[in-house]
Amino acid sequence: MTAPSTPPAGPTAAPAGRREGRADGVLEIDLAADAPRERDGEAPSGRRRGLARRDREVATHNGVVMNTITWRDRLRRDKTLLVMTLPAVGLLVLFAYVPMLGNVIAWQDYSPYIGIADSPFVGWDNFVRVFSNPQFLHAVGNTLLITGFQLVFFFPIPIMLALLLNSVVTPALRTSIQSIIYLPHFFSWVLVVTIFQQIFGGAGLVNRLLAQAGYTGFDLMTNPDTFLVLVTSQAVWKDAGWGIIIFLAALATVDPAHYEASAMDGAGRWRRMWHITLPAIRPTIILLLILRLGDALTVGFEQLILQRGAVGPGVAEVIDTYVYYQGVINGDWAFAAAAGLVKGVVSLLLVLGANKLAHVFGEDGVYRKS
Amino acid sequence: MSISTDAGQGPLGRLDAVPVPAPERDARPSGGPRRPRRSKHRNAWEGRPTPIGQGAKIVILSVVVLAVLFPLYTVILTSFSTTADVNRSGGMVIIPGDLTIAAYQQILSGGIVTRAAGVSVFVTTVGTILSTIVSVMAAYGLSRPSSLGHRPILFVFLVTMFFGAGMIPTYLLVSNLGLIDSLWALILPGAVSAFNVLILRSFFMGIDPAITEAARIDGAGDFRILGRIVLPMSTAVVAVVALFYGVGYFNAFFNAMLYINDNTLWPLQLVLRSYVLQGVTLPGSGAGQVDVTTGAVTGLPVKMAIMVLAVVPILAVYPFVQRHFTKGVIFGAVKG
Repeated sequence: MTAPSTPPAGPTAAPAGRREGRADGVLEIDLAADAPRERDGEAPSGRRRGLARRDREVATHNGVVMNTITWRDRLRRDKTLLVMTLPAVGLLVLFAYVPMLGNVIAWQDYSPYIGIADSPFVGWDNFVRVFSNPQFLHAVGNTLLITGFQLVFFFPIPIMLALLLNSVVTPALRTSIQSIIYLPHFFSWVLVVTIFQQIFGGAGLVNRLLAQAGYTGFDLMTNPDTFLVLVTSQAVWKDAGWGIIIFLAALATVDPAHYEASAMDGAGRWRRMWHITLPAIRPTIILLLILRLGDALTVGFEQLILQRGAVGPGVAEVIDTYVYYQGVINGDWAFAAAAGLVKGVVSLLLVLGANKLAHVFGEDGVYRKS
Repeated sequence: MSISTDAGQGPLGRLDAVPVPAPERDARPSGGPRRPRRSKHRNAWEGRPTPIGQGAKIVILSVVVLAVLFPLYTVILTSFSTTADVNRSGGMVIIPGDLTIAAYQQILSGGIVTRAAGVSVFVTTVGTILSTIVSVMAAYGLSRPSSLGHRPILFVFLVTMFFGAGMIPTYLLVSNLGLIDSLWALILPGAVSAFNVLILRSFFMGIDPAITEAARIDGAGDFRILGRIVLPMSTAVVAVVALFYGVGYFNAFFNAMLYINDNTLWPLQLVLRSYVLQGVTLPGSGAGQVDVTTGAVTGLPVKMAIMVLAVVPILAVYPFVQRHFTKGVIFGAVKG
């Protein structure tokens, strides 16, 4: 992501800017910024231009004026750096890129006994099966339902919590509260679901207390009607606290002089929040919204597969669990791979689209348009 | 980027590279006689909070904090409770009665839970060390944008953040590599997280190049610079990334469900799922029944003891790494 023009950009951008010999503190070469340039597959000349620019950079960097630095020189200079990236690149190639190629079985009548090499190709048959399968469409519907519900009932909570916590002025108290509410993020889904089971389940704490008070009990864990609320509550309990960290960071970079000046001008605390605090965290909100939209088809896979048995696939079947059951459990590998590939491609398009949308609205988004 | 300049401030103290002056919360003008109870942390211009607002704030924050702490409290308490107390309360114990460690003796005296704890410790330790070393090296290797092949290599990492191969081809690959029922299947496929590499990389890029350049002129190679200069300056962010990896390895259950059929190789989370969540009685654990001879522990304290076992390592490491979160996470998160 690129440096937003608002204060939150400050901290990390400055040193990197220094490195590039820039004074304005804007991070020039930036993690994700490189992606679209490569991906756009601009004319090769663009890439050559980039190379030439880098070479010039090197030349001035060493304080020596040279017309060309051959790649051989650069290889000699940078070979240790390349060696250092090798283990990670090797692991990614083997466990991320080879499986990408393995998706070829989505176009095959794949059988594990015959293998990828010898399984016959069947064209788009598997994809046709996927899209005409009511169970798959049902899983897509459930996925979007959960995503939408959580967008409304989960997404704003960390923002509100961050604003609330930011208003706690005693540093010791604020730090303690932060430490506590970050904690559940580091618990496993098994643990979170089990805790909910022990508290809201049929034999759980709440049920027992209700029964003692003379009310009829309920079992939140196995009730399909309330499942949407259940999974959202679990997600809130686990991750809403952690979600505030990024907003608190953005809030910490706001220049207090802004608040002071507006207070002098007679702005009350609500006006200050509306005109100073919210604009300061707007880029962060939009960034997270984009990331969430790009992840729209991914909804807590571990969380759902743990509870699919208890409430049934009617409400708990999402795309990922469907792929798992069709592929690993039922052995319809090619069909499941096709369904998974559809999800992967649509997710990629969603990220790119959401980012584009952010640019249209003048925000930085996940990466910068170069 | 030096990491020492905000010592003495909370994790939310500004990052040191921010050009704006820090909020001088303590340097308030001396409060006039009309406001004797002003907090020393509140700026003069902020005005006093209304009693209703202050009350609501206290209530909400208390509820939030209790919502996190209460479940932990009752789980831990139940795991130390006797059968009599569990029966009296009808389930989870809220009010402490007699305390006993019988449940822990039972699950740690051998059997499937003990073995699972060993598996989890092994996978987490080996995995975290491997992932952290590989990621630190990769991040350093990518920290100089002018180096040869920088852009394409960075691209290799970035693509994995936007497009995943999917579960089925990954499963088939692991299966074809013969890693089914091998603990390496729990480590290698997720060993490198591009996100963590980028967090480290952006921190390394923030280190003043004059420092590393000086070392290079003195004849230090890149491995030496990384080990002797860059790493000591980056302990906070490396600790956070190591925690992310460690928590990931320790908490994962689905990869074990996928790749490990032999239940003697199950990690703790999978045992927790099968025995505690789904209520399957695991062979040889002896749990689930009333044990008359050794102090009468029913299933519930044993179940809760397994849960505590599944959270203790996190509670143990958390306080030491927690204070570095803001720095470590912000580097990756806010900066992408």
